[in-house]
Amino acid sequence: MLKTLYKIFRIGVVTENLPQNKTTAFERLGDSCKKIVDAKFSGSLAIRQIDAGSCNGCELEIQALNNPFYDIERFGIHFVASPRHADLLLVTGPVSRHMESALITAHTATPNPKLVLAVGDCGASGGEFGCSYACAGAIANVIPVDGVIIGCPPTPISLLQGILELLNQTKK
Amino acid sequence: MPNHKKTHEQFLQLLSSKLGLVLAYDLPKLSAISILHLPSEVWQLAAELTAKLQYRFVAIWAQDLDKNFELNAGLELHGSYLLLRTLIEVTKPTIAAFTPYFPAANRLERHTHDMFGINFSNHPDQRRWTRHQAWGEKQFPLRKNFPVEQASSETTPSDNTYPFTHVSGSGVYEIPVGPIHAGIIEPGHFRFQAAGEDIINLEERLGYVHKGIEKIAEKRNINQLIKLAGRVSGDSTVAHAWAACMALENAMNLKVPERALYIRAIMCEHERIANHLGDFATVANDVAYTFAYYQLMRIKELWLRLNAQIFGHRLMMDCIIPGGVNVDLNSKHCQAIREQIKNFRPELEELYAIFEENSGFHDRIKTTGTLSIEQATRLGVPGYVGRASGHKFDLRHDAPYPPYNKLKTRVPVFNTGDVLARLRVRAQEILVAFELIEQLLDKLPDDSIYTQWITPNTTIEGIGLIEGWRGEVFVFVRIGSDGLVERYFPRDPSWFSWPALEQLIHGNIVPDFPVCNKSINGSYSAVDL
Repeated sequence: MLKTLYKIFRIGVVTENLPQNKTTAFERLGDSCKKIVDAKFSGSLAIRQIDAGSCNGCELEIQALNNPFYDIERFGIHFVASPRHADLLLVTGPVSRHMESALITAHTATPNPKLVLAVGDCGASGGEFGCSYACAGAIANVIPVDGVIIGCPPTPISLLQGILELLNQTKK
Repeated sequence: MPNHKKTHEQFLQLLSSKLGLVLAYDLPKLSAISILHLPSEVWQLAAELTAKLQYRFVAIWAQDLDKNFELNAGLELHGSYLLLRTLIEVTKPTIAAFTPYFPAANRLERHTHDMFGINFSNHPDQRRWTRHQAWGEKQFPLRKNFPVEQASSETTPSDNTYPFTHVSGSGVYEIPVGPIHAGIIEPGHFRFQAAGEDIINLEERLGYVHKGIEKIAEKRNINQLIKLAGRVSGDSTVAHAWAACMALENAMNLKVPERALYIRAIMCEHERIANHLGDFATVANDVAYTFAYYQLMRIKELWLRLNAQIFGHRLMMDCIIPGGVNVDLNSKHCQAIREQIKNFRPELEELYAIFEENSGFHDRIKTTGTLSIEQATRLGVPGYVGRASGHKFDLRHDAPYPPYNKLKTRVPVFNTGDVLARLRVRAQEILVAFELIEQLLDKLPDDSIYTQWITPNTTIEGIGLIEGWRGEVFVFVRIGSDGLVERYFPRDPSWFSWPALEQLIHGNIVPDFPVCNKSINGSYSAVDL
């Protein structure tokens, strides 16, 4: 136990002030997000992530938002297990036809007013997979979408940037 | 190095005597793999004999050759691979199954049925696998006459008529989970039958993220193919892109510059380290050991940032191209990698010692989700899942491809087969990967990173085999005389680790399922294709 405590003490909190001079600085983005989350969502934005056919690349980067460096929860943004608890659906694609109905069900289960972000090049446009007998392509082909975050996969910084842009457009 | 000729002699002798004819022992080769053409009537005999001789099942896949289907079965013994081939008439598409002899063939044969309409007559499980409701029972997407475009724009109904195994009895109940899971993970369905907390049976139903990868690969040029290969499973982008490139390069007899191969291997080890760190962290998180989660995710993030700095992409996507790589390492890069390893090695050793002393952590993962040595052998599970159950096979060691044939490597193996053993294997494999990267940097040859791809003027075929972080990635590629893809078949090791999960969960409690599942971490995308 002492070794654990020693390690915790020595490493400390790594949650970071990312590059200050860049326009995409994570903390500045996060601060802006937090202000909007406070004002428009009573301090807490609940996200339900849905993989509707992804290759798992986007999921790795979305998971990274919870790692100690980004720690997105400090901005009032957290991931929830049920669409019924969600304000925002973060959907990765392309939408496989085998996931089409499940995605629609999850979207229907999300209470209004709800927001939908299509994540990744595949979520935005179908990406490398496009439309076929197996894929319905972009998320917007299956459910209404409020914004997209491009990238293959988008980095944690572009994910937060995309969330911020959407929140900026959102009416209270 | 394995002796290919000698290894398969016994099988050929047995087969010759059973058939009452003489087979040439010097088999022709496809990408250094011995290949044997058989009439379809002896397919079952071949399965029976190879099973008896304890071959490991590697893959089964088909191709539509207009009037015939060509069926291929890949097998391995002592690091030496054997490819069996037969032709089946399109009008009578029925053949014996490998599954009665190799349980690992089960889902791949059902996949082959769903995609080609080939019937495996004595297959013990005649239910569909990859097919849900996106196409009909009499339609087969990988036949050449099946159009790649969608048939209708109507919403595909959910697949709620799949005949799951039924278990009944006093106090027995079912828990359906998924396809959408609670975390930030891929979709799939798990059907549990439980009594109290104890799991009686688990049945996996996958195929939800079927993206038609094998079909949409057809008619692509090779650069487009490698882009797609890098997205078979985003977490294994290096392993799959490399295996596909290796298949192409083998098919063309293209000599890739040494430096390019070294850089590919450095990337592949980087990918292994990142995924092992992340999975160890999330297994710990599943049993509420947040200290381990915090520390390992911290190291993983720093590791990904190094990737971004050196390779221009956190996951190293699209860095491997046919003929080489498109990123070079300069002395600063090499120094940065060495520094990172110098920092992380003692840190991880310190952390491993702390994890090993934590009785609360061990209480949850020791004897949890045990895959016995016999089960692992029977299922032929490669990768860390096999190596945690005493199955010592690692391509880098047992059938080393360049540049691993020039490196010294060791294979950590544990025998208890529980979640703890799988974590220990992965913890040790990170340290081995550090050693390999250091050797690769020490020996990094000073030549070019790319050689020009030459479009073939005839049909070519090749096989690629890479030890990815999940284990053996097997890829078959066939390119037509127009230089376009005719067949791409990537076989991820997850085809075999998923069935292992169904086995090892017996005797465990429902709340331990997430930690068991995470300790295996099969890819959904790479098996749903």
